[in-house]
Amino acid sequence: MIIPHPLLGPRDSQEFTYLGDASLIERPDWQAEDAVGRFHDYLYLRDNPAGAHRELWFHEQGDRSWLVVTRDTVTHEIISAELARDVARAKGRSK
Amino acid sequence: MRYSGFKVLKEALTGHKGWKPAWRDPAPKPHYDILVIGGGGHGLATAYYLAKVFGKANVAVLEKGWIGGGNVGRNTTIIRSNYLLDGNEPFYEFSMKLWEGLEQDFNFNAMVSQRGVLNLCHTDAQRDAFRRRGNAMRLNGVDAELLDTEGVRRMAPFLNFENARFPIKGGLLQPRGGTVRHDAVAWGYARGADMRGVDIIQNCEVTGFRIENGICKGVETTRGFIGAGKVGVAVAGSSGRVMAKAGMRLPIESHVLQAFVSEGLKPLLPGVITYGAGHFYVSQSDKGGLVFGGDIDGYNSYAQRGNLPVVEDVCEGGMSLMPMIGRAKLLRMWGGIMDMSMDGSPIIDRTDTERLYFNGGWCYGGFKATPASGWAFAHLLATGNPHETATAYRFDRFRKGLMIDEKGMGAQPNLH
Repeated sequence: MIIPHPLLGPRDSQEFTYLGDASLIERPDWQAEDAVGRFHDYLYLRDNPAGAHRELWFHEQGDRSWLVVTRDTVTHEIISAELARDVARAKGRSK
Repeated sequence: MRYSGFKVLKEALTGHKGWKPAWRDPAPKPHYDILVIGGGGHGLATAYYLAKVFGKANVAVLEKGWIGGGNVGRNTTIIRSNYLLDGNEPFYEFSMKLWEGLEQDFNFNAMVSQRGVLNLCHTDAQRDAFRRRGNAMRLNGVDAELLDTEGVRRMAPFLNFENARFPIKGGLLQPRGGTVRHDAVAWGYARGADMRGVDIIQNCEVTGFRIENGICKGVETTRGFIGAGKVGVAVAGSSGRVMAKAGMRLPIESHVLQAFVSEGLKPLLPGVITYGAGHFYVSQSDKGGLVFGGDIDGYNSYAQRGNLPVVEDVCEGGMSLMPMIGRAKLLRMWGGIMDMSMDGSPIIDRTDTERLYFNGGWCYGGFKATPASGWAFAHLLATGNPHETATAYRFDRFRKGLMIDEKGMGAQPNLH
């Protein structure tokens, strides 16, 4: 699979390490009342769709950036790749 | 129709005109006591034991494709019970004992062949871990034997003992492990269940669950609504998408695992050989093909096919262990979809929806578990209580921190 890196252009997926569902960006607040339950869901439960799936890939053998890749789990087609930093900031995280 | 030597002779002499289909092709009835979704090994075994052990006849198995067309037809046929942890070992040994009596039990030749499973070790630390695991197996009444380098050399002189990075330091042998004809497992269970009155309904895809006030009343299918007293889901590989129809999220990701077969060779391998350090395992089929595989591809997939980097990785592992196979031609390769659970262990449990039960999360170890999984799930469906060997396979173990983390990989399904 070729991943269209937003900064570096097309890169072989072999340069990357896979982490899993992109929802892992959204770490729950550990001080919330229901933190235990939310961390259970965050750590263990997955939507696991057949079709478009947003997931985290780490460019370990490249520029060491984290990407959010949207990929079709049925066809292996890669639909888009964004910097995870941009995705997190768009959600109002960090600066 | 029972199979026997006499029957084979009689048919041979009368032109093979007396053979009948091994199971019926019934239309779905409007209501069953128990519906099993998924006509793979586990679903069929569940139906078989429901009928045979628990006396439930008003049962149907729903399969979206055909019997034997899913993961039970896409694996590498290995059976073993060489586990370490208490939650696992009694369960897999229960399964091994059922394998040993399977053919007499369902009167079908599944070609159960206990040719031994040998796990190679390559470091002192790995040998210590295998010694511990072997002792754990023996404490559970399971056979295990620790071999030194010479012991391995006597069994398999063709291995690459002088590999600079991974020299073979010995191995853990389970002589009762081996292989089984995987298609025959599905067919034997299907036939056995059918003979006891179970309806096996093929080409019937479940499109939704009818859930009223938190109680499951039946399923919507491509062949109409089918009502049920209880519904058991055993669709490993597709657990995520089927249970999503019932509004459930699971501690499971679906990944693809590739397997390979070489051209037919003369008898070569004494049994199953696994090479954990190089991510490779191999056995030889009765037709002579080397059946082998390695790790999962490592990312979510429902494609039932892998990608080339893993093909290269597996073949590298094979070449480094058995350099002689370099000139054997690769005949076929394929991928199966694995329910990779968050601790690498399965789930057999009721769900939050009343009368809806779940069996899945088998990672890439589902085949060897087929008989015990079926028995334990039938036990749960029939009695409402977990089978004594499957009490640890509950959903709430993640919430309680009681995970059965055989490989120590935690909540990282792509690493199992």
